[in-house]
Amino acid sequence: MTQSISLPTQNMAGVTQQFDLPKTSTRATQSQWTRMLRNPTALLGLVIVLIYLVLALFGEWIAPYPSTEQHLNDALQPPSSTYWLGTDQFGRDILSRVIVGSRSMILLATASTALALLLGAFTGLVAAYFGGWIDEIMMRATDVLLSFPALLLALLILSTLGSAMSYLVLCIAVVFAPAIARVVRSVVLELKTREFVDAARMIGASHSRIMRREILPNLMSTLLVETAIYFGYAILVGSGLGFLGMGVQPPSPDWGLQVSDGRNFLLTAAWVVIFPALAIASLVIGVNLLADGLASNSGNHHL
Amino acid sequence: MIHPVTLNLVSFWRGAKVTRLATHIHPTFIPRLSNDHLLYYTQAMFQFFLRRLLFMLLILFFVSLVVFTVTTILPGDAAQMILGQKATPATLAALRTRLGLDQPATLRYVRWIGGVLRGDWGESLIMNLPVAPLLLQRLGNSAVLALLAWVVSALLGIGLGIIAGLNRNRWPDRLITIVTTFFVSFPPFVIAVFLIIVFSLWLRWLPASSMIDANANFFASLRFLILPTLTLTLGSLAEVARLVRSSLLEVLDSDYIRTAHSKGLPNRWVILRHALRNALLPAISVLALNVGYLMSGTVLVERVFAYPGLGRLLLQAISQRDLPLLQGVALLSAAIYTLANLAADVVYFWVNPRIRYS
Repeated sequence: MTQSISLPTQNMAGVTQQFDLPKTSTRATQSQWTRMLRNPTALLGLVIVLIYLVLALFGEWIAPYPSTEQHLNDALQPPSSTYWLGTDQFGRDILSRVIVGSRSMILLATASTALALLLGAFTGLVAAYFGGWIDEIMMRATDVLLSFPALLLALLILSTLGSAMSYLVLCIAVVFAPAIARVVRSVVLELKTREFVDAARMIGASHSRIMRREILPNLMSTLLVETAIYFGYAILVGSGLGFLGMGVQPPSPDWGLQVSDGRNFLLTAAWVVIFPALAIASLVIGVNLLADGLASNSGNHHL
Repeated sequence: MIHPVTLNLVSFWRGAKVTRLATHIHPTFIPRLSNDHLLYYTQAMFQFFLRRLLFMLLILFFVSLVVFTVTTILPGDAAQMILGQKATPATLAALRTRLGLDQPATLRYVRWIGGVLRGDWGESLIMNLPVAPLLLQRLGNSAVLALLAWVVSALLGIGLGIIAGLNRNRWPDRLITIVTTFFVSFPPFVIAVFLIIVFSLWLRWLPASSMIDANANFFASLRFLILPTLTLTLGSLAEVARLVRSSLLEVLDSDYIRTAHSKGLPNRWVILRHALRNALLPAISVLALNVGYLMSGTVLVERVFAYPGLGRLLLQAISQRDLPLLQGVALLSAAIYTLANLAADVVYFWVNPRIRYS
């Protein structure tokens, strides 16, 4: 009883804070973007990522040849004016395959990151907010999933499900979600002790409202950084699975698979391997530069 | 597969508390311990170790459940999956009996895990060999590769991290940051491909594959190990270097370092005795995480270099639908990874008694 009498003074401050916060947090996100655009390396990363996004969306119209068209007379041609990046063992234009291959890679990375973020943010938020046995169960579950090296867990799941795009997405999301849940949980644990959460509770907001309207807006900068980080990861894991033949099935172009197929010609026709490998590397570099820029701007180093 | 911002991984893996704890109190400020205190610390450490061990056993139990569930229950009918669409009902029934699929799942799990605990990991369906010795032999091959890469990347990573941290924002720091950002963005198989192109194709110094002859002497087989090791090292180097750098920077900004400088201690002394001791603590957890990277990495690298390790066995088990082998490899890998994390926790606790495990 004494508590409820002494609280209103705190509450007054809390209430004003509660109405302020969503606004300040969007403002923070906006200035985060503008500040990032002034950071040359982050800008470079953004440009790289945008280029690949354009290729993923419009690749089929940009590519000089259809990606699966075989020119058997021109098999394993080195880069030339007709085939800018050379041809593979079936005489398919490597430039076209790299361009069109960006679609499945971007799609896979986007979908799996989005799903992982959804799963992870939900788990982390609920676990941290409610605490107690819910937290305990959820965190032990993430412990179990984190006891597998990422690629092994993905391989294990895919080996039984078979590799369709939807399974790939699901599988990468399941691998990443526990890690995201941990980060979100640690942020929420700190957020839920703030006064504005107490204030919201005092004016009778429900649990779900507090989570959605009070805590979630404050998680946005963390989630933005996590998105960039796991987008890069997803490309690494996705191309790795493709390399192991568990990704997109031929003849559709897939960078990982292109590298894997080209290995046999590595010593005679290195261009078959080099360009898809460069594509993977440059995209991940772009995403990582962007992620670093976001992370350093949001002051959210986790360290 | 782990990447730059693994710095994050470290904090969520150990639960943000730990990385922060390390840096603010200077080690020499811990009062000299009396016998009672020593006894207390030993007991605390023992309790901590015991609790972590029990927790690890629990985790391993759940891990085995996951492996079993994923490999045998999810696909519906494992026998159908192994034999494909053309199987006759008779062969299907025979295989089901052989795999024990006609029994309830709980019983199969109990049998399997009981066998695993007694050292009987089942028999490979394709090779008709017991799984356990096969695993051990391949594990040996992979362990050589992974350990080499782990040691080299730890030493090199810590060294580079220190150099970068001590030259904050000058060219060595910039160079190291750029190079490590690059390598961390490359999947291991891409690094491997570029290394082969440079060292096997252009320079012709090193072989592009690792068909190791069992009778070859150690130094001959070492030549085959260089490129795979280098691949894994370059991939895992960056996290160590970046973590050591940022933790060194944090330590160098702290009050006790300023105190040490203002006491007039020589710079070298301050860095060696005061800064590094605390700055290197977080590196322990990233080194355990590296084990995970190396295990994922070896799967890819072993494929590129045709190296006969655990990773290739795993891929073989997957492509041939060899369930007992698949379960064995998955369980073993997860167990090693869990053990590495336990080891990291224990070492961390040992070097840093200020941590209270809660």
